[in-house]
Amino acid sequence: MMLTTQQKRALTPWLFMAPGIVMFLVYVIWPIGQSLRLSFYQWDGLSPPTFIGWENYIELWYDPTFVVALKNNVIWLVLYMLAVPFGLFVALFLNQTVTGIRLVKSLFFFPFVISQVVVGLVFAWFYDPNNGLLNIVIGWFGMDPVSILADEDLVTYGIIAAGLWPQTAYCMILYLTGLNSVSPDVVEAGKIDGARGWSMLWHVVLPQLRPATFIAVVVTVIGALRSFDLIAIMTQGGPYQQSQVLAYYMYENALSEYGYRMGYGSAIATVLFLIMMVYIAGFLYKMYRDEQRS
Amino acid sequence: MFPEPIQKRSWLAQNLYRVALPVALIIWLLPLFAVMLTALRPAGDINAGNYWGMPSDILWYENFAEVIFNSEVGPYMINSIKITVPTMLGAVGIACLTGYALAVYRFKLNLFVFFMFIAGNFVPFQILMVPVRDLTIQLGLFNSMWGLVLFHVAFQAGFCTLFMRNFIKALPYDLIEAARIDGAAEWTIFSRIVLPLMRPAIAALCVLIFTFIWNDFFWATVLIQSEADMPVTGGLKALNGQWVARWHLVSAGSIIAALPPVFMFFAMQKHFIAGLTLGATKG
Amino acid sequence: MKKNLIALATAALMVTGAQARTLVINTDDQNPAPKEAFTYAVDTFKAKYPDINVEWNNFDREGYKTRIRNFLTADAPDVATWYPGNRMAPFVDAGLFTDISDLWAAEGLDKEMSSVEATMTRDGKQWMVPYSYYQWGIYYRKDLFDKVGVDVPETWDQLLAASAKLKSNGITPFTIGSKFKWTTGGWFDYLNLRQNGYEFHMDLTAGKVKYTDPRVQATFDRWDELVSNGYFIENHATYNWQEGMAPMVQGDAAMYLIGNFAVAPFKEAGLTEDQLGFFQFPEITPGVPMAEDAPADAFFIPSGAKNVADAKLFIAHIASPEVQTEMNKILGQLPPSSQAQVGDDKFLKAGFDMLSGAYALAQFYDRDAPAAMAKAGMDGFQEYMVKPERREQILKNLDRVVDRVYK
Repeated sequence: MMLTTQQKRALTPWLFMAPGIVMFLVYVIWPIGQSLRLSFYQWDGLSPPTFIGWENYIELWYDPTFVVALKNNVIWLVLYMLAVPFGLFVALFLNQTVTGIRLVKSLFFFPFVISQVVVGLVFAWFYDPNNGLLNIVIGWFGMDPVSILADEDLVTYGIIAAGLWPQTAYCMILYLTGLNSVSPDVVEAGKIDGARGWSMLWHVVLPQLRPATFIAVVVTVIGALRSFDLIAIMTQGGPYQQSQVLAYYMYENALSEYGYRMGYGSAIATVLFLIMMVYIAGFLYKMYRDEQRS
Repeated sequence: MFPEPIQKRSWLAQNLYRVALPVALIIWLLPLFAVMLTALRPAGDINAGNYWGMPSDILWYENFAEVIFNSEVGPYMINSIKITVPTMLGAVGIACLTGYALAVYRFKLNLFVFFMFIAGNFVPFQILMVPVRDLTIQLGLFNSMWGLVLFHVAFQAGFCTLFMRNFIKALPYDLIEAARIDGAAEWTIFSRIVLPLMRPAIAALCVLIFTFIWNDFFWATVLIQSEADMPVTGGLKALNGQWVARWHLVSAGSIIAALPPVFMFFAMQKHFIAGLTLGATKG
Repeated sequence: MKKNLIALATAALMVTGAQARTLVINTDDQNPAPKEAFTYAVDTFKAKYPDINVEWNNFDREGYKTRIRNFLTADAPDVATWYPGNRMAPFVDAGLFTDISDLWAAEGLDKEMSSVEATMTRDGKQWMVPYSYYQWGIYYRKDLFDKVGVDVPETWDQLLAASAKLKSNGITPFTIGSKFKWTTGGWFDYLNLRQNGYEFHMDLTAGKVKYTDPRVQATFDRWDELVSNGYFIENHATYNWQEGMAPMVQGDAAMYLIGNFAVAPFKEAGLTEDQLGFFQFPEITPGVPMAEDAPADAFFIPSGAKNVADAKLFIAHIASPEVQTEMNKILGQLPPSSQAQVGDDKFLKAGFDMLSGAYALAQFYDRDAPAAMAKAGMDGFQEYMVKPERREQILKNLDRVVDRVYK
C-alpha cells in the first residue's frame, strides 16, 4: 500500500517520537497507573495480591508515623524554599567582575555537583555529638553538645540544613544567569526614578528575574518532595520515625527489612503523587499559557 | 548591571568585598575542607580523637590508595561509568528525535505529548518504584546494569525532550523550510541540517545527565542488589557501614566518588550551566 | 559424518553440563571474622569438589536484610544465609525455601543439632541448617569493676547497686548504640524473660498478650529503674552498635548488653582479655527459670535454586563437625552441632556453659515476633529509652499494631 504525501507527513513526527514515547509509556506512565491500582491491594511481593478496597488509606489515616511524615513533608516544603532567597542573596553577592570571580562562582556551585550520598555522609559527621565540627564550635561558646540526628525536635531541621546547601547553590546559579540578562536600560531608568538598594531590587530587578524565580521554586519544590537520599544516609527516618518523610516511609514500607507491604507503600506513594500533581498542574498551566502567547 | 559594580563604590567597600569573598567561600565550603583534611590524616589521629587539630602526619595518597586498591570502590566506579555512559547516550539520542518532532511538526496531539513528557519528569520516584522493579524483574534485567540503564533512559528522556524541543524551537525555521522546498527528505533535514546545529544542546544535556545519573542513589538501591553491579553511590553507603568510624577512609572514598562529576563540571562548565538554567532567562 | 556430529553434540553437552555445575552462594557478613569463616567454608568445599564452580557473593549485613527479598523472587542463588524462626516464616510460607528435611534425616542432624531443631522447623519440616549460634549477655570492663569495687551482680538488686556505684564514680553503667534498633530488642527480651519468663515471651511475640498488660508494664518498671536514673549513655540513638562500643573502650561506660559477636570488635578496638568480662543477665523475679537469647545463623536452599543437588552437598559440608568446629573457631561463636568442638576462648566457654544450663533458648525479639510487629516494637523501645515519660502512649500504639498484625 502506498501512502499519500499527506499521510506520510502526518506519520513522520510519530516515527521520530516512537522510541521516546514507547519508553516513556512503559517506564513512567504505565507504572503510575499500576501503583494507583496497587494501593487498593494487600501485597507482600511474594504471594498474589488481594483486593482490599480503601483499607490501606484507612490505615494511613490512623498511622501515627504517616502523620509525622506528612507533617515533616510540609516542614521540608516550607524551609527548603529558603534556598530561593538564599540563592538570590549569594548570586547578588557574587555578581561582580573582579579577578578570579569565575572560579569563586564555580566553587560556590560545587555542593550541587556532589552526590547527596556524599553530602549526607559529610553532614552526619559534621553533626556527630562527640567529634563533629558543629559541637566543637558550639563548645567554644560554652554550650553542651547536641546530638542533632538523635533529637526528635532537631533532626528534621538538621537534615533540611544539609539539603539547603546544594539547593542554595542550584538557585544561585539560576539567579546568576538571570542577573546576566537583566537589561541595563531598565536599571538605569529605575535609578532616574530614584530607586536604590532594596527598592531597586524589589521593584525593578526582581520582576525581571521572574523566570529564574519560577524555575528555582519549581526545582526546589520537587527537591523537597523527593527528599530521599539524605534521609536514607543520615537517619533512615529515626530516631523512632521522627525524621520520616513520605518518600522514605514509602520505601521503608515497600522494600525495607521489616517491610514488604507493597500495597500500603503504594498508598503512601499515591498521596505523595497527588501532592506533587498540584504543583505539576500549576507548572503545566503556566507552560500552556506561555505556549499560547508565542 | 545589578548590583552596582563594586569598582564604582568607595575604596573601603572595595576592600571589604575583597576580604569578604574568600571568607564567605571558606565558610561555604567548610564541610568539604573538613573532609579533605580528614582524608589526609593517618588512622592513628582518628582513633585518638584528633579530628580537628593538627594532623600528626599528612598522608597525601596513602588513604586514597587504601580505598582504591583495598576496597570495592574501584569496581564501583567502573559500574557507575557502565551505567552512566549508556544512559547519557540513550537519553540524549532519543530526546534529539522527540524534541525535533515536537519542535518542528504541527499536529493535533503535539502539546499533549509534550506535556506528558514534562509532567512525567516531575513525578515522585516512589509512585514508579514497585511497578518498575517488577517490570525489571520480569524482563530478567533485575540486578544488572541494563535494567537500570533502560529505566534511566526512559525517565531522563522526559527532561531531555523538554530541553531539546525548546532549543530547536529557537532555531531559525527558514532553514528547514528552505530544505523542504529543495525537496530534501525529512530524515535528511534532521540529520544534515538540524542535528549539527544542536551540538551545544547535546553537549549541555550530556554533562547534566552524566551528573544526575552518576549521583543517583535511589534507583541503584531499588534495582541493583549485588556488590558486583553496584554503582559508587550505593557502594559508598555499604562501605560506610563497613568502615565504622574510620572517617579517613570514608572521606577519601567520598572524594573519589565525587571526582568524575566535579571534573565534568569544570571541564564543561559553560554547557553545564546553560543546561541547568534553561528557561531562567526570557527568550 | 553423522557419528562426528553426535560426538560433537555430546562434547557440547558435556561442556554445558560441566558449566552447569555452578554453585552460587550468597552470604551476609563482611566483617573480618565472618568473612574469613565463609572463606574457609567455601575453600574447603572447593577442595573437596574441584569440579564445582563456586560463585560466592558476600553482602553487608544490614543491606542483605532488604536484598534477600529481591534475590529470592528475582534471581535466586543456590545457597544463602538467613535467620531461622519467624524471620524465615514469610519466605517459607510463600514457598521460597526448599524443604531440606531429607537432608536433616540423612545427615543425622536431628540428633546432632537437636537443641536448635525447633527453630529450623516450620509446618513439621526443616528448612535451614545453622552454622553458628551465640549467646547474649552482659559484657563488662573488669578493670573498671575492680577499680570502683563492685562484684559481678547475680540479682537485679545487685545490678542496681553496682550501677549506682559506677555512676557515682563518674562511669555510666551501660552503653548501647540504638541507631539500628535491634539492640533495644535485646534489652526488652532480657528484662521480659527475667521478669515474666520464657513462656510469656513466646506468648507475647505470638500476639497472645497485649503490650498494655500489667506483666509487660512490670517489665517496663524494671527498665525504668535504669533509664530514669541515667544508667544508659546519652545520645545512644546516634550510634550504631559498633559506635556504641566506643564509650566502653574509652572507659566512660562499664557494661554492654550485646551478643557474643561483639567480642572480636572489642578486642580489635584495644580491650585485652583481662579487661573484658562476661556475665549472665541477672535474675529479676526469683523462681522464674533462666531462659536466654541465643540466635542462630543458618544456610538454606531457595526454591529458585538452579543447582539443588550441589547446594545440598554444600549444606552437608557446612553441617559436618569439622567445618562447624573450624568456622566457629574463626568466628569466635558456638557450633550448633553437638559433635563439633567449642573453641577454648573464655567467652565461648562461658556462653556454652550458660546455654547448656538454660531453661530454654529464645531466638531474639525480631526473630520470634513477626516482622511488622518487631519493627513497631523496636521503634517503640527506642523511643521509650529516649523519652521514658511516653511509655503509656507507646504501649497503646503497640496494642494497635498487635490488632493489625495478628488479625
